[in-house]
Amino acid sequence: MPVRSLVSYSIDRVEVLDPQGVVDEALMPDLDPGEIMRLYEHMVLTRRFDERMFKLQRQGRLGTFARVAGQEGAQVGAAFALRPDDWLVPAFRETGALLWRGLSMTQILQYWSGDERGGAFPKELRTLPVAIPVGTHMLHAVGIAWAMKQAGEQVAVLTFFGEGATSEGDFSEAMNMASVFNVPVVFFCQNNQYAISVPYTKQTASPTVAQKALAYGMFGVQVDGNDVFAVYRVTKEALERARTGSEPTLIEAHTYRVTDHTTSDDARRYRTDEEVGLWRGRDPIERLARYLKTQGSLDEAGEAGILADADQKVAEAVAAFEAIPPPGPEEIFKHVFAEMPPQLVEQQAALMARLARRR
Amino acid sequence: MGTRIMSYAEAVADALKIEMRRDPRVYIAGEDVGRFGGSFGVTGYGVFAEFGPERVRDTPISETAIVGHAVGAAAAGLRPAIEILFMDFLLIAMDELCNQAAKVHYLFGGQLKCPLVLRTAVGAGMGTAAHHSQSLEAMLCHTAGLITIAPATPYDVKGLLSSAIRDDNPVVFLEHKMLYAQKGEVPEGEYLIPIGRADIKREGSDVTLVCWSGMVRQCLAAAEDLEKEGISAEVLDLRTLIPLDKEAILESVAKTHRLAIVHEACLTGGFGGEIASIVADKGFDLLDAPIKRVAGPDTPVPFSPVLEAEFIVKADKIAAAVRELLG
Repeated sequence: MPVRSLVSYSIDRVEVLDPQGVVDEALMPDLDPGEIMRLYEHMVLTRRFDERMFKLQRQGRLGTFARVAGQEGAQVGAAFALRPDDWLVPAFRETGALLWRGLSMTQILQYWSGDERGGAFPKELRTLPVAIPVGTHMLHAVGIAWAMKQAGEQVAVLTFFGEGATSEGDFSEAMNMASVFNVPVVFFCQNNQYAISVPYTKQTASPTVAQKALAYGMFGVQVDGNDVFAVYRVTKEALERARTGSEPTLIEAHTYRVTDHTTSDDARRYRTDEEVGLWRGRDPIERLARYLKTQGSLDEAGEAGILADADQKVAEAVAAFEAIPPPGPEEIFKHVFAEMPPQLVEQQAALMARLARRR
Repeated sequence: MGTRIMSYAEAVADALKIEMRRDPRVYIAGEDVGRFGGSFGVTGYGVFAEFGPERVRDTPISETAIVGHAVGAAAAGLRPAIEILFMDFLLIAMDELCNQAAKVHYLFGGQLKCPLVLRTAVGAGMGTAAHHSQSLEAMLCHTAGLITIAPATPYDVKGLLSSAIRDDNPVVFLEHKMLYAQKGEVPEGEYLIPIGRADIKREGSDVTLVCWSGMVRQCLAAAEDLEKEGISAEVLDLRTLIPLDKEAILESVAKTHRLAIVHEACLTGGFGGEIASIVADKGFDLLDAPIKRVAGPDTPVPFSPVLEAEFIVKADKIAAAVRELLG
């Protein structure tokens, strides 16, 4: 009885734009200069908005939220590959992707200020609201993809999650069901190296996240997550396979969270300045700026103009957000059910009567 | 509309077929629901034969994925009627059910609806032991945003399942496994029984027996026995637990002035406590005697047939409780 090798696989890593801003022409995706400039502007807007949100949180004007900084290339590059009729199913760190989909900064601020009304994303955006629990939403992406396939719509569903979420059973069940049902989902893992304080090597013994796809009979690929061109290219190909062949894909964007996990922790307690410094040197926005400058499409004045424009938009959104009146106390009962059942009508009436007496 | 004698299982299948014919967005997903016809034979009553593997989908053994994918499918416009083989297995998927399905409408400001029905088999009596016999409805009733239905007859199960599938909320639909073979007269065409309405299964004037699911027939049997002793028991089948038909309970107690609540689930923390509390609060002056709860012991459901028979509340235990109330 000979021993035969039954299967062997390899996992590719895709890089297009190097840290010096030089591209591999053979792999450069088909993007015109205008599109590249929009990518850059959007990444800058995402970062400025993130920084402003952080200040608002520190001032007590916003609740706890998860910062994007360092991951703009991964999430904006991926979202840029979506068509408007595709679906986006985010986790909780995808502010840049949500903005690109057309969600207003005002609504994002409203959501993170702790106002449920901010979770009512416009239906036409085909974008599910923020999913705070780790990993639960990947299954929703599978269900949406199934519904789209049933409806005969040739569209794809892109879902974001972190490498920490791959340790949840939901990840395994979602990957398996997506492959068995053959539905058009692109699983996009932003491997930012840390799940709060737990580093990648304590999360999984697998050398890459991408290879986890192989066990489910799915295509998996790793991409330099701080290289917006590579991310865009790989995601676009995956979305196309999903739309035309209903084939799921797992993409691992290898990136780094340069700030804290959320506004409630302090990353200095579990990682070194040296490590953070190394990754700051791989910054996705600076890398794209270097490329644009070598192309002659960006100079210092242009850079400053884009920054000023972003700050102006952010300032307007903050002003609009702060003008939103808070919800009335009766809203606690709203939307528990599609229609309010008798016990909630009773509880709401009791609350209103109590408030009326207090006044 | 003609009627036909059919089993509880056939009545479930009948509702599924009617709803799937009338609405192409309705589909079934679960373990062994396809060619095999379902472990309790429900989809075997012509559902798979008529709608095929795309709309009656066998899934991997992944309860979390069965519920979780349905939340997404519902958000994208389908109306999933999923099946979890035994209610005990639902515990695996409680995160998707209680943290996701039950809450998406609220969390997303009413923008995302979750019209899914989760059918599952409950109850003891088949020798299926601790992991395949539980009645865990109290856990569901404690979760804001879920509708919980537990019908006791073929007529009720069909009309309520149709209503559940047309409802825009997540509904957990509890089918008692000892009732699947029970037969009754059922209209052949479509009809709806409103969610949230109890039904008097037997009128009486001395005591109210509030019950649901598998306990309805035990209460009816107890009422028969009590009648021979000159005691007139009213059997009120709640049918829906959430939303609860409080008016029907209070109206019945206003008539009989005595209340026993009967459920198969363990006594402590059972839904009977909630009903007792409501009546104590809103109907204290109506009562001529303390409220009784007749329920399963606070133990796992035993495997031993001798012990299992002891676990399940029977007519004699109910009748004994009523005699105490009247004594």
